[in-house]
Amino acid sequence: MKISLTSVYVDDQRSALQFYTDVLGFVPRHDIPVGEHSWLTVASPADPDGPELLLEPAEHPAVGPYRAALAEDGIPLAQFEVDDVEAEYARLSERGVVFTQPPTDAGPVVMAVLDDTCGNLIQLVSAKPVTD
Amino acid sequence: MDVYRALADETRRVILDELTARDGQTLFEICATLMSRHGVTISRQGISQHLDVLEAAGLVATERRGRTKLHFLTPEPLAEISRRWPTTGRPRP
Repeated sequence: MKISLTSVYVDDQRSALQFYTDVLGFVPRHDIPVGEHSWLTVASPADPDGPELLLEPAEHPAVGPYRAALAEDGIPLAQFEVDDVEAEYARLSERGVVFTQPPTDAGPVVMAVLDDTCGNLIQLVSAKPVTD
Repeated sequence: MDVYRALADETRRVILDELTARDGQTLFEICATLMSRHGVTISRQGISQHLDVLEAAGLVATERRGRTKLHFLTPEPLAEISRRWPTTGRPRP
């Protein structure tokens, strides 16, 4: 068993695709029309055949209260690994991305939390360089 | 809730330390820093209850930024302690 697909609910699939590709830097994988929505996935340019992130329509009535409660407490719905959280924080802030949590030293990792503009908080995490 | 009761707990004092270091934190950030820097393993709900106590004592205030609630240090009630027992202006015994 392996994790090949995970998902986040997004308010609008087209603006989500724009944010996850143009701003965050993922690459489009699948965009297959299904009714009024699409089977819409992106992947990491570092591993384009690797795990996909499904940008799933947020229309189920349970999604709103679920995401609102998590956003209120600053709890991210997905976590992405980056080489350097500080560098991503600088790059994305420059592009107007709002962070609810700036780079934070959390023991073996540095983490930060951003708003994906589609209804979710997303955590970025990088391992700290090992020092003697 | 008075300020003395609110301060009579190590976890709540550490929360005030962390808000002094960086003001305006989400519950998620407070939980993460308490765990990673102080080894506090209380549940998120438990930390939330500690924050409620600090807020009731007037030591923490919350404010919404967009959809997210941030916690700020409001240490003014602590002035009551030094007013009641001044630390300066009295002769040493």
